[in-house]
Amino acid sequence: MYNQENCKFAKTHEWAFIEGDTAVVGISDHAQHEISDIVFVELPKTGAKVEAGKRAAVIESVKSASDIYAPVSGEVIAVNDALTGDPALVNKAPHGEGWIFKVKMSNPAEAEALASYADYKATL
Amino acid sequence: MFTPNTKENQQEMLKVIGAQTLEDLFKDIPQDLMNPQYNLPAALSEAALTREVKALAAKNKPMLNFAGAGIYEHFIPAAVNALSSRGEFLTAYTPYQAEASQGTLQVIYEYQSCMCALYGMDASNASHYDGATALAEACGAAARIKGKNKILLACAVNPQYVKVLKTYFGFGNNINFEFVNTKDGITDLADLEAKLTGDVAAFVLQTPNFLGCIEDGDAVSQIVKAKGALLIVSANPLSLGALKAPGAYGADFAVGEGQPLGNAMAFGGPGLGIFTCKKEHIRHIPGRICGIAKDADGKRAFVLTLQAREQHIRRERASSNICSNQALCALNAVIYLTLLGPAGLKEAAELNIENAHILQQKICAVPGYGLAAQAPFFNEFLIRCPVPAAKVIKALAKKGITAGYDYGKVCKECKDLLLVCATETKTAADIEAYISALGGI
Amino acid sequence: MNNYPHNLLSIEKSVAGRRGVRFAPASKRAGDYLPAGLLRGEEPRLPQLSELDTVRHFSNLSRLNVGLDTHFYPLGSCTMKYNPKAYEALAAHDGFAAAHPFAPEQSAQGTLELLYKLEELLKAATGFDAFTLQPAAGAHGEFTGALMAKAYHLSRKDKARTEIIVPDTAHGTNPATAAMCGFGVISIKSAPDGRVDIEELKKALGPKTALVMLTIPNTVGLFEKDIKAIAPLIHEAGALLYMDGANFNAVIGTVKPAEMGVDIMHINTHKTLSTPHGGGGPGAGAVGVVKNLEEFLPQGRVAFDGKKYSFAKPSKRSIGAVKSFYGNIGVLIRAYCYLRQHDGQTLKEISQNAVLNANYLKALLQKHFPVFFDYPCMHECVFTLDAAKMNGVKTLDIAKRLLDMGFHAPTIYFPLLVPEALMVEPTETESRETMDNFAAAMIKIYEEAQTSPDLLHKAPQNCPVKRIDEVSAAREPDLHW
Repeated sequence: MYNQENCKFAKTHEWAFIEGDTAVVGISDHAQHEISDIVFVELPKTGAKVEAGKRAAVIESVKSASDIYAPVSGEVIAVNDALTGDPALVNKAPHGEGWIFKVKMSNPAEAEALASYADYKATL
Repeated sequence: MFTPNTKENQQEMLKVIGAQTLEDLFKDIPQDLMNPQYNLPAALSEAALTREVKALAAKNKPMLNFAGAGIYEHFIPAAVNALSSRGEFLTAYTPYQAEASQGTLQVIYEYQSCMCALYGMDASNASHYDGATALAEACGAAARIKGKNKILLACAVNPQYVKVLKTYFGFGNNINFEFVNTKDGITDLADLEAKLTGDVAAFVLQTPNFLGCIEDGDAVSQIVKAKGALLIVSANPLSLGALKAPGAYGADFAVGEGQPLGNAMAFGGPGLGIFTCKKEHIRHIPGRICGIAKDADGKRAFVLTLQAREQHIRRERASSNICSNQALCALNAVIYLTLLGPAGLKEAAELNIENAHILQQKICAVPGYGLAAQAPFFNEFLIRCPVPAAKVIKALAKKGITAGYDYGKVCKECKDLLLVCATETKTAADIEAYISALGGI
Repeated sequence: MNNYPHNLLSIEKSVAGRRGVRFAPASKRAGDYLPAGLLRGEEPRLPQLSELDTVRHFSNLSRLNVGLDTHFYPLGSCTMKYNPKAYEALAAHDGFAAAHPFAPEQSAQGTLELLYKLEELLKAATGFDAFTLQPAAGAHGEFTGALMAKAYHLSRKDKARTEIIVPDTAHGTNPATAAMCGFGVISIKSAPDGRVDIEELKKALGPKTALVMLTIPNTVGLFEKDIKAIAPLIHEAGALLYMDGANFNAVIGTVKPAEMGVDIMHINTHKTLSTPHGGGGPGAGAVGVVKNLEEFLPQGRVAFDGKKYSFAKPSKRSIGAVKSFYGNIGVLIRAYCYLRQHDGQTLKEISQNAVLNANYLKALLQKHFPVFFDYPCMHECVFTLDAAKMNGVKTLDIAKRLLDMGFHAPTIYFPLLVPEALMVEPTETESRETMDNFAAAMIKIYEEAQTSPDLLHKAPQNCPVKRIDEVSAAREPDLHW
């Protein structure tokens, strides 16, 4: 499975785990910590087209609504429905059960441009 | 007028601030904008003001009222205003500091509960401006949910509401509205079915409708659901003491004008916008919502919740721009419903039905007058007059009676139609007065 | 322990068969008049309480509330000034309250006259040429104003104006309003002094700009001192200038907004004009406009022919109606009363004392709580925390501790660009002693932060409930019984 080390990171704190032409997307441990207690995740619709760098989901805390940007472009092929009942999964396991959606990439080259964990960590 | 600081106070305070004069505090304002001339009348003392405003009130002539058409005259128990005018309620702001606002918050929770019970729905907000704006918000939400910008309106939706919808959605954030015909006083089901094409987000039904008639919610809902559209129902809350709740026939959004619940007619405002919906649409609710929480000791407490929908957090992507609502009117409504309980509300609703039917029969016994919409009605009904309705209204006004609502105001071909209302406030003598005045025309 | 009543929900006190109001019952049942299929099956689950139970229930609930009548309420941007009792009695007068909106005009001459004169008073107090009294609240006034701007540009066949510019300090209602009206929102960064950055504004202005919405004074409590340069820039770009009147209390009687070059403005009657806020509303959001926008105003304006008052026929270019009927009349009566109790001199005393109280508090507190934009403020002052000195105490802790000390808290965490913001608006109806007492409480809290920060983290202790867990409330919403 995916963990911090084997994911790629966007500047806006999303991670992508690349497997063939699919990317699993979530937010970094740093981001979940900044947002603090997550109370709701507005998931994209399965089948929706997302564009790298554009808003794909929204994460709400009690006092904030944070945009989640797609790290890569493509079509949403799955969303993490478990977050509807238990949004705190993003806090508990941002790199595990707290994943948000999966994208079938239309331009896998975009993934190349994302940062490694070490490089991402250095920017924090 | 209401400023307690004396000249001495002001001088001492200026000294602490390090300024010489009050004017020094306004240095950022360009000089030529400062201190313009005010052409205002002389300021009044409280005594003089009281005289003046009472004199204005006296220029309003008390009328024996038989008009409804969106605002209804109902008995308001004295306890309603006695309780809601308590300063702790009246002079509080929106309950941002929950620990110091548990009174307002519990009231909102109880209000939401009463609205959910009455309308048979899963969730309610803390109130909206009025019935028309609550309906507009429901239309906006339905269009967003469905990703479609066409909404069907029953022909017999209150024309004022239609006007508000057209203002809300006619200048850019477009929703295209199309009307579904009325047949024998209620929605023409065949026309509804024909117009429910794939591009329709929702159908808006009002019941009782603007002809006074009670719509067949079950039949309408079946058709709307079969076509995959959302059903928005605007219903008079007092009628729900006796009539089927919108939730019982599957409404997705149920809204209404809450003025009949313990709020004065007040010449049309403030009203109370009731906004309720099914659970799956909760994120689309505009405005404040109160929920149950626990405090640090695990004790039950109340707090504004799901706030990330709202303008102060989501800004341009909020579910609505609403901030201030009609909290005090919602308080009146919940006190009213608590006093009446289910039995009292049913009693009130049945009295409305009975009085309206008695009046209708008596009017129809006057030569030339007849019922213009045949479907069952609640507390108002449509009368075809032998003369223009405006003439009836004018003649009865001379006798101190408001005869009803002139349909000619909204429809050129309807000049002889009069919408008449009799609530539980009308006595046998009131009804006789109406009939005798009508006979005199 | 505190003495607050323990309050069950009304439904938990409910006993089947009990009730508070009885009507003389109808002679027949609903089913005798109407088909069974239209009738309610189950009765709604409403509480069943006696009248005394009901009175006690709501009286005790009120005791769990802090209101302006009981406490100093320095909620920034909300202008919690005294709500005169005389107006309550007058607005409740049957002559006004019992009038049906479709009663014949000749039976409503008193109300119509009052509305007509209220518009005249508002015009005199602001310099605008016309007002609508229809909007139900401040945000509703913004909506009305932005729609009028849209109608204005469209009437000139200028369809390119699809954007509204707002500064990043704006209340959330401004961008939300723009979006509701179908505009794109261009947010501009404020200058380092917290005011409009003219260069940023110039960059944002263009042929797509429909409206610029400015709160004056702005949400950090500062007057736009370059307004005389800003307004012409906006007009030269073909756009209109909207003034959000949420902070009008700072300048009422001192400046007429129309003379600053403002084209459209709403006034929150429940702020500047002393109508009570009722725990959330109803308010009213009268909107004033300059002459060339008058024809776009919504319906419901009153005309006077020298003999009688009547509703004017709306102009062809009117945007229509933003709500049913004519406005929140009960609220507008109170606003009328307030304006009738003021002339030019006493109007000025409002802003002078509001600004004096705010600057006095600033002077008393500045040593302990830094002011984020340290300039002479207007009617409110935005403090922040010096994190190094606060021992982990946050603004939220301070707000809750103030509740313990018998004050309502200021607005917190707004404006967004001020970290750990505490926005204090004392208003003119409070006295110097109240300022002194509040400042003493704030300084005591500052000292507690040094000695016993835990006390602050655990505040409030003297309120009806202790600190509330908002997270679980939002994760598992329980919204009705």
